[in-house]
Amino acid sequence: MLRLCILLFKRETRLLFRRPMELANPLVFFALVISLFPLAIGPESRLLATIAPGVVWVAALLAVLLSLDGLFRSDYEDGSLEQWVLAPQPLSLLVLIKVLAHWLCSGLALVLLSPLLGLMLGLPERTLGVLLLSLLLGTPVLSLLGAVGAALTVGLKRGGLLLALLILPLYIPVLILGSGALQASLQGLPTAGYLWWLASLMVLAVSLAPLAIAAGLKISVAE
Amino acid sequence: MNWTWFHKWGSPKWFYEMSGAWLRALAWAAAVLLLLGTVWGLAIAPQDYQQGNSFRIIYIHVPAAFLAQSCYLMLAVAGVIGLVWKMKLADVALQCAAPIGASMTFIALLTGAVWGKPTWGTWWVWDARLTSMLILLFLYFGVIALSQAISNRDSAAKACAVLSIVGVINLPIIKYSVEWWNTLHQPATFKITEKPAMPMEMWLPLLVMVLGFYCFFAAVLLMRMRLEVLKRESRTRWVRAEVEGRA
Amino acid sequence: MGELSKLARYRVTETLLEARDLACERDLRLLFAQLNFAVQPGELLQVLGPNGSGKTSLLRILAGLMPAAGGQVLLNGRAIETQRSELARQLLWLGHAPGIKGLLSAEENLGWLTALHEGASREQIWQALAAVGLRGFEDVPCHTLSAGQQRRVGLARLHLPGPKLWILDEPFTALDVQAVAALEQHLQQHCAHGGAVILTTHHPLALPADSYRRLDLTQGAAC
Repeated sequence: MLRLCILLFKRETRLLFRRPMELANPLVFFALVISLFPLAIGPESRLLATIAPGVVWVAALLAVLLSLDGLFRSDYEDGSLEQWVLAPQPLSLLVLIKVLAHWLCSGLALVLLSPLLGLMLGLPERTLGVLLLSLLLGTPVLSLLGAVGAALTVGLKRGGLLLALLILPLYIPVLILGSGALQASLQGLPTAGYLWWLASLMVLAVSLAPLAIAAGLKISVAE
Repeated sequence: MNWTWFHKWGSPKWFYEMSGAWLRALAWAAAVLLLLGTVWGLAIAPQDYQQGNSFRIIYIHVPAAFLAQSCYLMLAVAGVIGLVWKMKLADVALQCAAPIGASMTFIALLTGAVWGKPTWGTWWVWDARLTSMLILLFLYFGVIALSQAISNRDSAAKACAVLSIVGVINLPIIKYSVEWWNTLHQPATFKITEKPAMPMEMWLPLLVMVLGFYCFFAAVLLMRMRLEVLKRESRTRWVRAEVEGRA
Repeated sequence: MGELSKLARYRVTETLLEARDLACERDLRLLFAQLNFAVQPGELLQVLGPNGSGKTSLLRILAGLMPAAGGQVLLNGRAIETQRSELARQLLWLGHAPGIKGLLSAEENLGWLTALHEGASREQIWQALAAVGLRGFEDVPCHTLSAGQQRRVGLARLHLPGPKLWILDEPFTALDVQAVAALEQHLQQHCAHGGAVILTTHHPLALPADSYRRLDLTQGAAC
């Protein structure tokens, strides 16, 4: 079973890296959305620093969501999903590994890019650690929850907007905790509480979301 | 344990025959309770010493908010029954209840905003309860949009079931995080949550209204479900007999 | 044990897959109802019927990808819903889209698909690819292959160790005359070794009429 998991992980990362542009698109989107805010609000750095926690997190939310739209689409179209559903191995384990591979290739890059964009928004250096850590804990939750929506909408012709409609309300706790942590750090307040909450949300998502993703995929394949 | 009652619920024909009588009873109960509660609440109950007459909107706001939340819980329960025991009637209930729940949420939001004007001086305040309600409305929209988007009836019901179960697991997390967010950002405003204890004369009509709203909800839900069952079973003999008998 | 006595032994064992009172409904239209048939090890069953008669739906129901509107599918005498993992171990499913990734090479694709079941060595995969006439195309990305060649990559799974019950949806699509003949031969051989095949095709099989059975969905009975 472990061997199979490693094989699947290799296969998924290989597939992702053979389309490098598709990995880069969410990152460019992330950077682009963040640079829209100074243009819309004005270049004053104090104002930007106060809204930066919210801006970074909203942009991260949207970028992750955008990258997930096609998560299962090609698998659905080329019949891979049928093979997965009919495989003797538990589907929830297979999708967990797939989402993990996807997060490592796209979500992690987004996390690593965020300090740079944080600095551009005028966040002080001392907050960057919290920014990194909160995104590191939060984005896997975003990926897993988004994958539930992607699994439910994979059979639909125009699933993208619907996916956002289904999933964005579920992202709210992560948004509140993530940007809250950053705001607290900006004001010099302790942030450990937020980060622990984010970590427990991640544990919850890792343990429950794969079941929902598997159920969603089975429903979409049955159609 | 005797499971016959459970299997009976799996039969659309049995449901249709029985629900007619329930529908009448519920509709009457809803009408009487709502009328009683409205007159009692708007005319007889005393004024609030702080808010004057404007508090009377709680007789609509609170029952609608109650119902909005319990309806979402009902969606998830119906979803579990539909997914685990493959009961078609649970699918019907889920898809019929979602729009009613959404409209109740909308009523709760609207009355909350109207109430906000005399209380806070503005139509909208990012109060924790109102914000949670708004998110709940979005969750309802998600379920409705998904059920409309999937053309296959059974797949749509199952997909909505999964979505509402995920939503119900998230709902307490959303509620707590929103409350937390609210205490962080808005320390000193008048909160609906921290009203002084309500005297009995105000409280009793509210109870009547809540019961009336639940009966109304159940009646509307049954009506919608009966129609949907007729549509789904339109090929069967009993539905043809039923429809021709009426015509 | 000789080939013949082996065959005889398979004949007397209980049925492999059985459909009881199966019904299928698509968009409020009844495609078939009260469908009864059984498949024994060593049998080849061809499902016939005009477009839209529910051939693919029947195969999907048999494979457990889609719920039936009524009736049951039994595997070794037990309903498939109660033994999904057992069905998954015994079944090889090739749908309209065979689950081949365009970005991966033929070898990578087959390596993953066989890993879901018993797994296969590199040599076995190369041999299987040679058997379907793809020698020299082992490490070319599949999207550069022609439609017929891609189809053959999927069919190469039939030459690798794996489950005994094959359900194939239109396996002859896009194949040339030689490949069709070779596949027919291979299917017959599989049945002679105790395997079972259920397939749909518009193409009349060039096998002796008594070596396989036909199920006509317009008549609703196996003959």
